Amino acid sequence: MRVADYLTHLDWDDISMQIAAKNAVDVRCALSATQPTLDDFLALVSPAAEPFIETMAQQSVQLTRARFGNTISFFIPLYLSNLCANECTYCGFTMSNRIKRKTLSPDEVASEAVAIKKMGINSVLVVTGEHEKKVGMAYFRQVIPLLKSFFDYLTMEVQPLSTLDYAELKQLGVDAILVYQETYHARRYGLFHQRGNKTDFDYRLDTADRIGQAQLDKIGLGALLGLSDWRTDSAFVAAHALAIQKKYWRSRVSIAFPRIQPCTGQNDPNITRGPSEKQLVQLICAHRILNPQAELTLSTRESAHFRNNVIPLGITHISAASQTQPGGYSNAEENLKQFETDDSRSVAAMATQIHRSGLDTVFTDWLPGFS
Amino acid sequence: MLTIANKSFSSRLFTGTGKFRSAQTMSAAIQASKSELVTLAMKRVEHGRKADETLSELDRLHINLLPNTSGAVSAKEAVYAARLARAALDTPWIKLEIHPDQRYLLPDPVETLLAAEQLVKEGFVVLPYCSADPVLCRRLEEAGCAAVMPLAAPIGSNRGLLTKDFLHIIIEQASVPVVIDAGIGKPSEAMAVMEMGADAVLVNTAIATAHDPVNMAALFAQAVSTGRRAYEAGLAHSRLSSSASSPLTRFLNET
Repeated sequence: MRVADYLTHLDWDDISMQIAAKNAVDVRCALSATQPTLDDFLALVSPAAEPFIETMAQQSVQLTRARFGNTISFFIPLYLSNLCANECTYCGFTMSNRIKRKTLSPDEVASEAVAIKKMGINSVLVVTGEHEKKVGMAYFRQVIPLLKSFFDYLTMEVQPLSTLDYAELKQLGVDAILVYQETYHARRYGLFHQRGNKTDFDYRLDTADRIGQAQLDKIGLGALLGLSDWRTDSAFVAAHALAIQKKYWRSRVSIAFPRIQPCTGQNDPNITRGPSEKQLVQLICAHRILNPQAELTLSTRESAHFRNNVIPLGITHISAASQTQPGGYSNAEENLKQFETDDSRSVAAMATQIHRSGLDTVFTDWLPGFS
Repeated sequence: MLTIANKSFSSRLFTGTGKFRSAQTMSAAIQASKSELVTLAMKRVEHGRKADETLSELDRLHINLLPNTSGAVSAKEAVYAARLARAALDTPWIKLEIHPDQRYLLPDPVETLLAAEQLVKEGFVVLPYCSADPVLCRRLEEAGCAAVMPLAAPIGSNRGLLTKDFLHIIIEQASVPVVIDAGIGKPSEAMAVMEMGADAVLVNTAIATAHDPVNMAALFAQAVSTGRRAYEAGLAHSRLSSSASSPLTRFLNET
């Protein structure tokens, strides 16, 4: 059975109610379980677990240090394009937004790579926007090998593709693929994704299976917190991660926790309140306790103060000095951004902060000939 | 004295370089461990960057490097990483690690054997990280590996000697040194495998993630040394009960 089929059989309302019904006893059981289950995760992410956040954080730190050591890995996002063939009500790149559109030429991609390399970064998250025709496989065949000549590890955030395309991307030099489901609530998903290929909820849900079949080194999962009830969406992310890890055992799993940020033209009344900072800490720790092996990522959407304090609690991978517009590193031009970042510190400043937390920085963790 | 591939070691504790909070802590811990062989993931070595802090610290210590192929998921990738290591670090020594399983990082026996055969052919000194499988260890030895490195528990788990009975068989049968790698969490566990007759242990996580890595490294060194000396002194036999008189055969003495 595909993991996507398993997920469609999970009942959203049932999980929501289970979370709401958890009490302090359930949380204590979850915290003392030798091998926590999804049911334990529901307790840990429930309102009943909020008073236990310190205990959760302590467990999370221990598990993270045992598995990943006293280290934090760095990456940087590289936006290739802000073209989009979808209408998504929460995103600055949505097709109806009258913003200046741009796709980087191979020369511009090289300039970006040089600028990023100068910061000491060796792992890049390539963000492509979602425009199959203009920013599709033909374009990737040009720019991915070029980027691979600069960076040892390439992650890609790209529109859902076929297994065959993923296999080709792997050949071209891509190591990891991220596809966030945005929300696992099918009906609400429809409210936010109104036109374009992205309206296809089921195809997107099946994406992680296709990446797994293509045997990429890493599969990135996540929900955009604030589109639906964040606790239930997070339970689906946790279930997705466990099932993917079990079935596609050769691939690593990473989880991100993006909270909706302001962007141009965003005024959708359907957007709900995402987790508070305290709840985000609870969520990160809950994922870590359930899944000690998962790589947990925290982006520059969050504030410097928050990141300083949360990164040591369970995060393994961070971005720094991120630009969310194409060409932002070599030629900063405003008004092309997908969303506003909050923590704008340089890579060097971020590295100093990590060292101050008693952790070492990792910039290189891969050989270009792997995967 | 321990000898692997014509190289002698006075310390039977090997250590690692990952998971430390800084290159300085790593360096101090390695010194405290008195280890003469430390493993280093090739995937962590940044090419073309002179100022690799870990490497320059290790260089300063004049320590033997055991580059490893961590991150490789197939024999082909491991052979590639080994060749890179030989070119970059100027050593034929390689710790062969192939673990496609991303959850427990357990080694793939099939790919490990294939890679070992290839690397031995190419003149490498191969130390394979492997499951505590006595037959696999014999096959790796036949392939020409300089030592075998069976695991005590999943790597990084600090769970101790979960595979103890199989390690006994491996130690009994091997004619190359047996280095117990992975899973050792406490000095007492390192001492226990040394008392069993293991030739050496490799400890990383238990040192690097200890509250005081430098002190812990020194304590592991003591434990390994004590365990070895106990083994060499010949441990007295142990049994569950005291020696009973002989109620079953007493009749033989009755006249």
